[in-house]
Amino acid sequence: MAYTEEELKKELETKEYEYGFYTDIESDTFPKGLNEDIVIAISKKKEEPEWMTLWRLEAFKAWKEMEEPEWANIRYKKPDFQNISYYSAPNKKPKYDSLDEVDPELLETFKKLGIPMEEQKKLAGVAVDVVMDSVSVATTFKKTLAEKGIIFCSISEAIKEHPELVQKYIGSVVPQKDNFYAALNSAVFSDGSFCYIPKGVRCPMELSTYFRINQAGTGQFERTLVIADEGSYVSYLEGCTAPSRDENQLHAAVVELIALDNAEIKYSTVQNWFPGDREGRGGVYNFVTKRGLCETNAKISWTQVETGSAITWKYPSCVLKGDNSIGEFYSIAVTNNHQQADTGTKMIHLGKNTRSTIISKGISAGQSQNSYRGLVQINPRATNARNFSQCDSLLMGDRCGAHTFPYIEVKNKTAQIEHEATTSKIGEDQIFYCNQRGIDTEKAIALIVNGFSKEVLNKLPMEFAVEAQKLLEISLEGSVG
Amino acid sequence: MNLKEKLIASFIAFENQVDLDNPVHEIRSEAIRNFEQKGFPHRKMEAWKYTSLDRLQKVDFSLFPSKDNDLEYRDVKKYFLHEVDTYKIVFIDGIYSSYLSETTHDGVDICLMSSALSKPIYKPIIDVYFNKAASREETLTSLNTAFTREGAYIYIPKHKAPRKPIEIVHFSTGNEAALMLQPRNLIIVEENAELQVIERHQSLTGNETLTNSVTEVFAAKNAIVDYYKVQNDRESASLIDNTYIRQKDNSQVSVHTFSFGGKLTRNNLNFYQDGEHIQSTLKGVTILGEKQHVDHHTLVHHQQPHCESHQDYKGIYGERSTGVFNGKIIVDRLAQKTNAFQQNNNLLISDKASVNTKPQLEIFADDVRCSHGCTIGQLDQDALFYLQARGIPKKEAAALLMYAFANNVLESVRLPELKLRINKLIAQKLGVRLGFEL
Repeated sequence: MAYTEEELKKELETKEYEYGFYTDIESDTFPKGLNEDIVIAISKKKEEPEWMTLWRLEAFKAWKEMEEPEWANIRYKKPDFQNISYYSAPNKKPKYDSLDEVDPELLETFKKLGIPMEEQKKLAGVAVDVVMDSVSVATTFKKTLAEKGIIFCSISEAIKEHPELVQKYIGSVVPQKDNFYAALNSAVFSDGSFCYIPKGVRCPMELSTYFRINQAGTGQFERTLVIADEGSYVSYLEGCTAPSRDENQLHAAVVELIALDNAEIKYSTVQNWFPGDREGRGGVYNFVTKRGLCETNAKISWTQVETGSAITWKYPSCVLKGDNSIGEFYSIAVTNNHQQADTGTKMIHLGKNTRSTIISKGISAGQSQNSYRGLVQINPRATNARNFSQCDSLLMGDRCGAHTFPYIEVKNKTAQIEHEATTSKIGEDQIFYCNQRGIDTEKAIALIVNGFSKEVLNKLPMEFAVEAQKLLEISLEGSVG
Repeated sequence: MNLKEKLIASFIAFENQVDLDNPVHEIRSEAIRNFEQKGFPHRKMEAWKYTSLDRLQKVDFSLFPSKDNDLEYRDVKKYFLHEVDTYKIVFIDGIYSSYLSETTHDGVDICLMSSALSKPIYKPIIDVYFNKAASREETLTSLNTAFTREGAYIYIPKHKAPRKPIEIVHFSTGNEAALMLQPRNLIIVEENAELQVIERHQSLTGNETLTNSVTEVFAAKNAIVDYYKVQNDRESASLIDNTYIRQKDNSQVSVHTFSFGGKLTRNNLNFYQDGEHIQSTLKGVTILGEKQHVDHHTLVHHQQPHCESHQDYKGIYGERSTGVFNGKIIVDRLAQKTNAFQQNNNLLISDKASVNTKPQLEIFADDVRCSHGCTIGQLDQDALFYLQARGIPKKEAAALLMYAFANNVLESVRLPELKLRINKLIAQKLGVRLGFEL
């Protein structure tokens, strides 16, 4: 399926038409509340085949029976699920006409992150003319991908175009009934990304939702499905370092990764959603289910930098089903002001000679609470399984909290498990050392935090790592008393 | 009738046997209400995820054993630390045995809970301390509180130390087909006082027993308390041990738990630090086989600055045994300069054995040093080979390595006779004769 510039232009034109068609935005937003009719209506709106509608209904049925989980170490006002509109067409109208109208604080952050002007406009929701440059970039990308047989599109497109792949794999790693939010997402997911790497193909570039300009704004119930066929490799980036001001308070995404024999998936996330103001008002609730399945000799590596959201509830996991498979988890979670994060990973060892590594760095400042919650499970048949976990917490200020809840369950005697955790603060002597050499305290702290997070930052793709580093500095700004 | 209904019904019968005017009875009534409301813990509860009491609740336990069960000292001598002279508080099927015991009121009070509850001279102390450390939320503790009647009562006044260590021993004779015991101990160690206690539960036959024990320990300023729990019971015995320890400034309390036996053992060990410069030590050696299950739940709550806690639990799991370790450290915002250390090492030596461990930190202060480490693994093949190459048979070499693995927990045992005893138990448990004395 060759994709030419012409086609893209055409696509954009039809898109425009669509926009024109739905001039009345009100009429395209569903009434608040959730019931079977709404689920069917969402499915219909997206022109999905019948199996998909049934699949959604099954999830909805399960969701009705479930209770909202309360075990996480977070406190928040529970969302009223009947007071949310579950479908609204992406926001067509630009929020602002020019950059001058945008919140100056936001612009300041953009500047610090070094984001180009055009991108700034796009991110802040300023009307952008189709920038020739970025279109051509996107098109060249699409061309190269199509040549290799890589499918990279929105999930609704994939449901229509590649139903056999979607039907086979959707829900195979995160079943509809997996948990409360996964069930909700399965019932009402609005859109998301789909990616398929054929056998033996090494994806030539970092796939990123960020570049898929025609797919921006996938909504609050995002569904991602990445399939790496035998012997393939893909590196996938999600999110971006720029703060995004989303009005949707509740986000419940599901990400499923499938790495078939000898495949490797590297999934990196940078999350910087609105964390609420200094007093902890507002902010995004981020309840995400992410899980990957590794077949024989496969490898899945999760890297995440979490700095945003008022509430984060997220455990990217690996099911190491095949022999010799590898799971990795590298995470930095930063909380400031009134943010709360309960994040970690699950490594389920099923196959022989499976290995997993967990490196988690938590930094809490202000009045925030930061928890690591992880599970390492070695099943009876997983001989010679190996795990190394390290959870370090850094506390800045005496009003924040750091917590660790590592669960380790071993049912095989050949397993070797190591877990270590430390909690500390930035040493006064370290800061003094920097001060002495003419580095002011704020800079010194940035330096120390960077050193603390180095192990994880190193795992990010190059461009991302630089931005993420700056992001850490900004997130912790003003937190040092 | 399940066990919960039976317990609630028998509370009325229990009320006929105790003094209802005693203020303690109000505490009992409140506790039974709490138990009635919450019932037994189940596996859906986070703290009981890995330990199930379902089987035990189906057993028809007798709650009030018939009296007069005598034992001859020579028959049970081996269960005492007989190499050294000790005070003894001995219970047979939950009833105090004056014949086997050796108590005192000479300067210190080493006597019975029942007399402490009934005699007016103890009332001021009971008012201040009884049920003040124990959790009112924990349902099994409430259950014990409701049936408080007998147990050990130890009061060490200021600047005193008993002349010899104290042994608290519970025997069950098996005269009942299945017996449930609920001993309640209260230990108060005043300023600058010292105490050494050894506690043991022993069933003498293969009849089923369930012990739900609660111990409260209060250590005042500068007090030093060493508490040793020896758990080497038969396959038919289940033990739920709830220990609550409150410490004041500069006090040092250490608890050593040696779990070598029993069908199901659950240790809830809770430390609350109410002062500055406190030291708490929690150590344990667990060596299990058959289908045994041990669950260690520890809590250290650091509430004040400049305190230390040190935890070290070693476990060796063979055959079809299961082990659980859940260590929780809470550091309050006030508790700056806390130094908390926690370590849990496990050896799995059988395919069917399993270990679940969860070291947990909850930290609200920034100027602290907290670390925990946890490993699960097997014997070092190189070390094993090294020993074999020097003519030590494989079995002995393995035992030697396991012995060394468990041994550093023993270093802090301050009673040489007990140390020797535990050493022998470990060697016996590992099935070897160690050719050296320590």
